[in-house]
Amino acid sequence: METIQKRAGEDISDEMMLVQAAKQGDLEAFSELVNRYDRNVFRIAQHITHNEEDAQDVVQDAFLKAYQNLAQFQGNSKFYTWLVRIAVNEALMKLRKRRNEKTVSLDEDVETEDGSIPREVADWAPNPEQIYGQSELGDILRKTIQGLPPGFRTVFVLRDVEGLSTEETAGMLGLSVPAVKSRLLRARLQLRERLAKYFKSRKNGDGQREVH
Amino acid sequence: METDNVKCTEFLKELTDYLDGTLSESTRAELDEHLHWCHECHVVMNTTKKTIEIYRDNQIYELPEPLRTRLHQAIMSKCRCSKPSKEKN
Repeated sequence: METIQKRAGEDISDEMMLVQAAKQGDLEAFSELVNRYDRNVFRIAQHITHNEEDAQDVVQDAFLKAYQNLAQFQGNSKFYTWLVRIAVNEALMKLRKRRNEKTVSLDEDVETEDGSIPREVADWAPNPEQIYGQSELGDILRKTIQGLPPGFRTVFVLRDVEGLSTEETAGMLGLSVPAVKSRLLRARLQLRERLAKYFKSRKNGDGQREVH
Repeated sequence: METDNVKCTEFLKELTDYLDGTLSESTRAELDEHLHWCHECHVVMNTTKKTIEIYRDNQIYELPEPLRTRLHQAIMSKCRCSKPSKEKN
C-alpha cells in the first residue's frame, strides 16, 4: 500500500503520561489527548450516524465521558481503543434516537448474503480514483458506504479505515473474533461490488459473472 | 473459462485473512496457486484490496479546522465544569 496511514496512538508511553496527568486533573494533558484523537472520533461518528450534527455531539459527549471516567481506565488497553469504545456506543445511541428505534443492533442484517457473492468480475481501471475529481470521488465513497447496514460499516471503518486489529474491534463492539471477520468480509465484498460500477475498466465487456 | 466452484468458494472464505496476511504459509500457497489460474478470483482479490485502499487513502469525513476549534473549546469548557471520578484503590 503506497500510503501508510499513521496509526493512532503511536507513542504509547508518552500517551500514558498524558493519561496519568489528566487523571490528576491536568486539563492541558487532556486537551492534548483531544488533539490527538478528535479527527478519528469525528470520522467514526460520521460513518455510524451519517449526520454531521450527531457526529459533533458524539465527539463532545465521548470526550467528556472519557474525562469523567478516566479513573476507570486501567491501562490494559490503549487509551484510543477505550475512547473509541465510548464513541461507538454514543454514536449508536444517536442513530437509535434518530431512527426512533428501541435498538440499533450490530447484528442487524447479518443474515443477508446480498452483495456478498461476487457477481461483478470485470477488472477496474488502473487508477480508478483518478477517474473522478476529489469531490465527486468523496460523494461516491460516502454514498456507497452509507448503503451498508450499521453493523457492517462500523466493523469496516474500525478495521480498514482506522486500522484497529480484529481483536480490538471485537472487544470494542462486544462481538466475537469470528463475528468481526465475517462482517468484515461481507462489508468489503459489498463495497467492492457497489464500487465496481464506477471504477470498472470500460474495455472488458460487461464483466458479469455467472452465479453458481 | 473453466471454474472450479469449490476452490472459488474456499478462496472467498479466506479472502479477508488472505488480504490481512494472517494465513499459514501452506494455506496461502494453496490460494496463490488458485489465483494463478483463476482470473475471476484474481480480479475479486485485487478489486477488494483496492476498495480497502481507496477508503483508507481518501478520508471522506474530514473535520474542518474552524469546527474542530469550536468542538475543542466546547469539550474543554465542559471538562472544566466537571471533575474526573476518583480512582479506585
